[in-house]
Amino acid sequence: MGAEKKQFVVFRLDNEEYGADINKVTIIERPMNITRVPMTPHYIKGVINLRGDIIPVMSLRLRLGLDEIDEDENTRIIIFNINGISFGAIVDSVSEVLQFDDSQIEGVSSIISDKALDYISGVAKAKDKLVTLLNLEKLIAELIPA
Amino acid sequence: MDMNQYLDVFVEEAKEHLQNLNISLLELEKEPNNVTVLNEIFRVAHTLKGMAGTMGFSRMTNLTHNMENVLDVLRSKKIEADITVVDTLFKCLDALEGYVNEIISTGGEGEQEYEEIVQSLTDILDKSPEAKAQPKKKKAGKKADDSNANQKDKGLRLNLNIYDKNVIQKAIEESLNVFQIYVELDNKCLLKSARAFLIFQILDKYSEIMKSEPSVEDIEDERFDYSFTVMVVTKHDETLFQKELNSVAEVRNVEVVRITEEHTEDIQDEEGDKYTQDDKHDTADIDSAAQAQKPGAAKRLTNKTVRVDIDRLDVLMNLVSELIIIKTRLDDVGVGEKTNEYIAALENLERITTSLHDAVMKVRMVPVENVFNRFPRMVRDISKELKKDIVLHMSGEETELDRTVIDEIGEPLIHIIRNSADHGIENTKDRVAKGKSKTGSIWLRAYQDGNNVVIEVEDDGMGIDIEKVRKKIVEKGFEEEEVAANMTQSEVIEYLFKPNFSTADKVTDLSGRGVGLDVVKTKIEALGGTIELETEWGKGSKTIIRLPLTLAIIQALLVMVGSEKYAIPLSSIREINNISPAEIKNVRNQEVILLRDMVIPIIWLHDVLEVPREKSYANKKELTCVIVKKGDKLSGLIVDSLIGQQEIVIKSLGKLLSGIRCMAGATILGDGNVALIVDVNAIV
Repeated sequence: MGAEKKQFVVFRLDNEEYGADINKVTIIERPMNITRVPMTPHYIKGVINLRGDIIPVMSLRLRLGLDEIDEDENTRIIIFNINGISFGAIVDSVSEVLQFDDSQIEGVSSIISDKALDYISGVAKAKDKLVTLLNLEKLIAELIPA
Repeated sequence: MDMNQYLDVFVEEAKEHLQNLNISLLELEKEPNNVTVLNEIFRVAHTLKGMAGTMGFSRMTNLTHNMENVLDVLRSKKIEADITVVDTLFKCLDALEGYVNEIISTGGEGEQEYEEIVQSLTDILDKSPEAKAQPKKKKAGKKADDSNANQKDKGLRLNLNIYDKNVIQKAIEESLNVFQIYVELDNKCLLKSARAFLIFQILDKYSEIMKSEPSVEDIEDERFDYSFTVMVVTKHDETLFQKELNSVAEVRNVEVVRITEEHTEDIQDEEGDKYTQDDKHDTADIDSAAQAQKPGAAKRLTNKTVRVDIDRLDVLMNLVSELIIIKTRLDDVGVGEKTNEYIAALENLERITTSLHDAVMKVRMVPVENVFNRFPRMVRDISKELKKDIVLHMSGEETELDRTVIDEIGEPLIHIIRNSADHGIENTKDRVAKGKSKTGSIWLRAYQDGNNVVIEVEDDGMGIDIEKVRKKIVEKGFEEEEVAANMTQSEVIEYLFKPNFSTADKVTDLSGRGVGLDVVKTKIEALGGTIELETEWGKGSKTIIRLPLTLAIIQALLVMVGSEKYAIPLSSIREINNISPAEIKNVRNQEVILLRDMVIPIIWLHDVLEVPREKSYANKKELTCVIVKKGDKLSGLIVDSLIGQQEIVIKSLGKLLSGIRCMAGATILGDGNVALIVDVNAIV
């Protein structure tokens, strides 16, 4: 077993490309009505009704420290499922699915030492661009009851 | 022989029986001479033995077999059910539970032999006056012949087996007579079966026919010579039968013999022998023995119940929920075009779905009794262990909770009761010195309150030393001393629920490690409930747990707060009032209104829900105030407007958001949007 190829859903936030493990992606939805939930972190926009299930949705821009923008026809909500927990993330647009093997992925510690950015699990090099790979568990870590 | 498919059934039934055994043993402890209880215990042990035997669990069978021997001796009053005996029986119960737990986790009964318990049982037997200690292991299978021979010696024509023995014993217990009646017909009798029929008629009039040799069918078909024998149970005496039967024509001889327990003495469980041998059973033996055992076991369980997989109930529940959502959609659709018929049909549909929902909810509801049952035993054991005198009072066991909640509520309750016993109730010396009764009491109550089920654990022990907790808070660095000094009692108590917080001086086996109460609180909140602790130093403490009654569908009032819709469970609502801003008074920094002589605090839902509102409401003509209740407390919630009453399906907010205090969940409205459900208990 040489290089293991992993597939990633690649999406855009503010001119940067990010990738998430495709195994953790349930579905990609167009924006829909979000019901605000009080007393949640600022990046949690609220909940949606996804075919009968209540799914919390976060603005990935806010979560990563960027400013919010108005939604347009490219905005999407990616629904993830981590260990049975479902949540959605609003992104500017979803571009493609790319495959990377271990040799194309570089670990983070050499690039970033800021602990606050622990939601980045690595950076992948593809042709002419860099895709920042997200650690989805860390995105919601502080929300999970201890 | 693949027994795996029966494992589930075995486990379920075994658990029921062990539950039964638990209750009976506790009763036995109080009344050691109660024959009914002894018989009940015997029956349970016997059934369990049969079940274990069928499944091939030899160790369990062995243990129950030995229990049976002891119980048999007990109920024939040959020895007393003293404290050693009862303790040993309790240990047997524990061992059996151990086996069942092993079976649940591994599918097999494990290696535990529990020799000490078996030894204790044998010791008890040895002490019985007739310590013939029937060396059953040595007797081989010729038992049937032996007992026959014995019976014939005693003048019985009938071959009695274990079932007959049970029947006889039961009859004798109920002070009825058991007779063996031998009838000989004239050998010139032509219509033997007709004559026999007459005789049976007479017997039926005065007694119940329990057994017949030859069998009744054979007699009806005239497959007998000239005589037959029956065993009957009756309240009449021999002379009646002699007279009546002798007066029938063509009857040559009638013999009526009373059957006593002596006649049944030598009847053994033939199966017993086979199980006490080593594990290489003949599977054929087990089968035939099992066949004999099974009908007996089955008879005891005919409860008109059906076991249903929880998953199937969930599916049913979901379907009903979806049905209700769609019904709500229908309400909104065709708003302008509703004809009378449409409305009538819709109302009908509403009635039916509500009934359907109620029925399905009932199916999942289980009385808390199931959980409460193990506590008397636990308190008994603890009070022995701690050498304190503690008694447990239970009430409201019939209160019902959803099945899934019942499963989870046991552990937290165990912990709370243990706390009361260990840290709450003082030892006898201290109690008497304080002027309290010698016996400490723990009350366990369950009752319904609106949409919740409330479980209370109260003790009359020494209560919680609030000052000690306050000191601990400072010691552990949670707060500064001045802050801690100003905290109210309930704020101080909150700290007890924090992880690693304990004021116990010693860590005992039971509690004091500081890991308990926070786990309890987490578990209860995970069930959607709340927990509160009230205490009075010197007098005792009370823990109040509130659990939601229905997990799924409730009646709610939809309201507007700002531009958002929220749902308030109808069961929490007392009334709705329109108040004028002028009525709102300020008492000690808290806004209140006067409602028919009661001062009720006001809460603006806008503030709770972080909805912007105009701080000055003075220019509004009137405000909508929803008066809600939590237990006895009333509060008024101010909202912007009412939308209407609606049946809603409660959906969980999911793991990430379920920690939010004032939200009890969410619901999907007819238009597909989500509305949040306000948790009144958390706000008030």
